Amino acid sequence: MILTILRHVLRFLLLIAMQVIILNNIQLATFINPFLYVLFLLSLPVHMPKLLLLPIALITGLSIDMFQNTPGMHAAACLLLVYIRPYWLKIISPRDGYDTDTEPSIKKLGFAWYMAYASLLVFAHHFLLFFIEVFRFSEFLDTLIRIGLSSLLTLLLIIITQYLTVRPKSSN
Amino acid sequence: MKLLFQLIWRNNFTLFFLLLQVLCFYLLIQNNRFQQASILNATNQVVTNTMEMVNYVKEYIHLRDNNTSLAEENARLRSLLNENKYEIDSLFIPVKDTVNLQQYEYITANVINNSLRYRNNFITLNKGSLQGVQPEMGVIGPSGIVGIVNHVSEHYCTVMSLLHKESNSSVMIKRNKFFGSLKWDGEDPNFMFLNEIDKTVPIQKGDSIITTTFSSTFPSGIFIGTVVDYKVDAGSPFYKIKVKMALNFNGLSHVYIVRNLMKEEQRKLEDKNKAKESES
Repeated sequence: MILTILRHVLRFLLLIAMQVIILNNIQLATFINPFLYVLFLLSLPVHMPKLLLLPIALITGLSIDMFQNTPGMHAAACLLLVYIRPYWLKIISPRDGYDTDTEPSIKKLGFAWYMAYASLLVFAHHFLLFFIEVFRFSEFLDTLIRIGLSSLLTLLLIIITQYLTVRPKSSN
Repeated sequence: MKLLFQLIWRNNFTLFFLLLQVLCFYLLIQNNRFQQASILNATNQVVTNTMEMVNYVKEYIHLRDNNTSLAEENARLRSLLNENKYEIDSLFIPVKDTVNLQQYEYITANVINNSLRYRNNFITLNKGSLQGVQPEMGVIGPSGIVGIVNHVSEHYCTVMSLLHKESNSSVMIKRNKFFGSLKWDGEDPNFMFLNEIDKTVPIQKGDSIITTTFSSTFPSGIFIGTVVDYKVDAGSPFYKIKVKMALNFNGLSHVYIVRNLMKEEQRKLEDKNKAKESES
């Protein structure tokens, strides 16, 4: 139990650091920006109490916000992500349900399932994030393109990260 | 009553979500209001320490570009020195200059955090209130204006970059002194758009764009960029002028914070007008 919590805290710190120190400094095209840190929220256990998800998302979002000088922006997007998450998990649940202590990952639940799971949540997160940022609908199409491209890049990074960090079977 | 509590309890997840969402939007709006003090802005200790570390590494990557632009600026300023001028009048007598009074002072600063990727971008600098930085001071780079200071802590300040939705600097065409406002459309940080220039004004590709004389934030006549393209929207009385920025926001490292020594005086004077208006 303690180990599980420790693992999540460690993942939180690593992903935030990665986002702030590396990803925020990479300019691909000027308006494509991946937000890999959402992987932390995606990897929280399936059966986590719903009410606990929200404060965790708030803290995650605000930590990123502090580094970007955008208080509330990432936090709002993270909140939306974890709000949708339980419902989406229910809709796409495998036929025999989830095991207790399952953490969503490609390894556990398969590539196709994970893509379905992650793509909607990442898109929802990016959608709210980019629209709060622009705060108007006059550049709707531009913003939508940004959202689409950034979501794709985030997904790609999430997949790569998952394959890079597969732990040896014995430790599970 | 019991039913009400039941309803609230059953939807506690949604209600809690909405409550926190409202909190987020409150923070967001509070921060967007210009120079509102807030605990969660990027001038706090942890954030700035990390950023300074990251920037320490990043500075090396852009070292060559930065050296070039600083050297260019030096050359330009050196050519303004009196030693480089040929005296046409042989009856030249040095006098104490009482006509010109120092109006602007510059504080050098290093960029420790910069973003180009957002629709609204901010820059963090390593100078703060202890060095005399105050909100609403202008920031200029080696070639052109960068933005306006919005938050200040003891050792750091954040700057609302020109690459921001709310950024709206008044600039003019050097050749004929017509002025308009410079805005960013959120796409390419190398290009900005000059609006509110009347269709009847003659304009050419290659015209220089400089800062105006009536801004109290920036000294006048700072070169900003050149016109690369302009078009006329049907139904609009104004041009849409595309300006190539002289300043390279990517890799920006050394900047100057502009202190206008007469800003207070100008503001007091203008406030008097406002006070009179409200009285009458």
